[in-house]
Amino acid sequence: MIEFENVTKVYESGNKKVTAVNDVSFHVEEGKICVFLGPSGCGKTTLLRMVNRLIPITKGTIKVNGKDVNNTDAIELRRSIGYVIQHNGLFPNMTIEENISVVPKLLGWEETKIKKRYDELMEMMGLDPEQFQKRYPYELSGGQQQRIGIARALAADPPVMLMDEPFGALDPVIREHLQNEFLKIQKEMKKTILFVSHDIDEAIKLGDQVAIFNAGKLMQFDTPDRILSHPKNDFVRDFVGEDRSLKRLSLLKVKDLVELIDGFVEGRNKSDWSGQVISVNDNLRTALSVMLSEPNGEAGVADEENNLLGVLHVSDFSLLNGVHPEDLTIVK
Amino acid sequence: MMTERKTEQIVKFALYAIILAIFVWAYFTGAFQFILDHPGDLLYLTGQHLELIGISSALAICTAVPLGILVTRPKFKKFDWIVLNFANIGQTVPSLAILALVMSYFGLGFQTAVFALWFNSLLPILRNTVAGIDNVNPLIIEAGKGMGMTSKQIFFKVELPNAMYAIMAGIRTSVVINVGTAALAFLIGAGGLGDLIFTGISLFDTGIMLSGAVPVIILAIVIDKILSLIEKALIPRGLRRTPEYS
Repeated sequence: MIEFENVTKVYESGNKKVTAVNDVSFHVEEGKICVFLGPSGCGKTTLLRMVNRLIPITKGTIKVNGKDVNNTDAIELRRSIGYVIQHNGLFPNMTIEENISVVPKLLGWEETKIKKRYDELMEMMGLDPEQFQKRYPYELSGGQQQRIGIARALAADPPVMLMDEPFGALDPVIREHLQNEFLKIQKEMKKTILFVSHDIDEAIKLGDQVAIFNAGKLMQFDTPDRILSHPKNDFVRDFVGEDRSLKRLSLLKVKDLVELIDGFVEGRNKSDWSGQVISVNDNLRTALSVMLSEPNGEAGVADEENNLLGVLHVSDFSLLNGVHPEDLTIVK
Repeated sequence: MMTERKTEQIVKFALYAIILAIFVWAYFTGAFQFILDHPGDLLYLTGQHLELIGISSALAICTAVPLGILVTRPKFKKFDWIVLNFANIGQTVPSLAILALVMSYFGLGFQTAVFALWFNSLLPILRNTVAGIDNVNPLIIEAGKGMGMTSKQIFFKVELPNAMYAIMAGIRTSVVINVGTAALAFLIGAGGLGDLIFTGISLFDTGIMLSGAVPVIILAIVIDKILSLIEKALIPRGLRRTPEYS
């Protein structure tokens, strides 16, 4: 869907040359979220902004849906790609409805169609269309503004979305909430999304694929699990952190581990269990945390209907050696 | 917040009360006798005064706003220092000196006065227009660009509405200053309320002087009020955050 072929960006100032993006090639498939990850100044935002030609490409080609972006009219290209930035970039002089309707209006949609789309998007974002219609951005909280920013980018239903740290300026609680909602919406929409982040946890949570950059070079392009289990070089290893095995656990569910234990349901049911209980749908990182807080390193496991299935012990985690989420149900 | 607004209103009210008291006192000491005796003169001169302000301010707005917009466009960005310096001179040179200078080329009369007042009014409008547009949050311009707005659409839908507050503030300052400066127009034979003020001064007659000064004050206040109403109509509601507006 989106192909980067030997993309290079060189900034020249006077006789100094700075290579912001250095010979980057990879391919993002349709309907996937690809997270661009890396420290600030690594070229991830530059690369993103080259996709809708906000920054001209020095060398190489970027193709969206098979078409070279340099052969597409810049204005037309941008209208066909959703764009969300960190501080939402809502127009303060326009109402919420006007903000969301910008691109449909640019595309010359009919009034009734625009209104219908506005209602639809607000419902999708969990906001009351009536209530917000005539309000202005400054009257909204940061989280609400960011939702409107996303709704606005989705307005013309573009197949491709570019998101530049959309949740970066929010507090952790709101951020996690919006990430979850975003994943839920994406499950239905199946957009192809390029998502810039500097937060490894966000990348693991949201990304189907993660591209890690350093100093303009692509360090590794892989699934979150592969990045955590097989970091390609020292930079990636350092960037994902020493606790990468722990982070990997957040990709697996308790269900996955339980299925690996023979006779878990029949043999491990301690009916007198009085400790903490976790759900089969919790991720293993949470589960481990719960178990470590128990004196014996054990926790009860309950199914969706809250029936106790059995008891899990910390030592069971050794069964996970060599197990990758692709082989199991993926927590997404 | 509430108490702050209350204090503000009390101060405002007190000031109006003082001005009114002075008027009443002036009236009873017979200072307005001249006005009562010659209402026709006053009306004629006020009309002349308004004409001076109206034409010079309208011309100043029509030149300074487009010029300010022009020098914020990327193509002309490099000329903005020339334009701003030119306008700076227009403001720094005392209005009386401008009158004198212009007079030596254009001679006496109405056009000369209008030209001088126009030149003197440029800077506040120009500077506020440039500052207003330059200070529009670059993030929202970036957002507009990323959404596929043309540069014309970005200007009219994003930059101009968001700079409106500063532009209108510049116009208000400029016009109100102009009301006072226009009184000097009498010195080069262009009439206006300065006629009464300067005659009063040379004859040492407080009555005649006040009958020129008081209408100038009232004009300044009324025009400022009218402009603030226009401002309210022009500035997008999303930009007004002070409780005064909501």
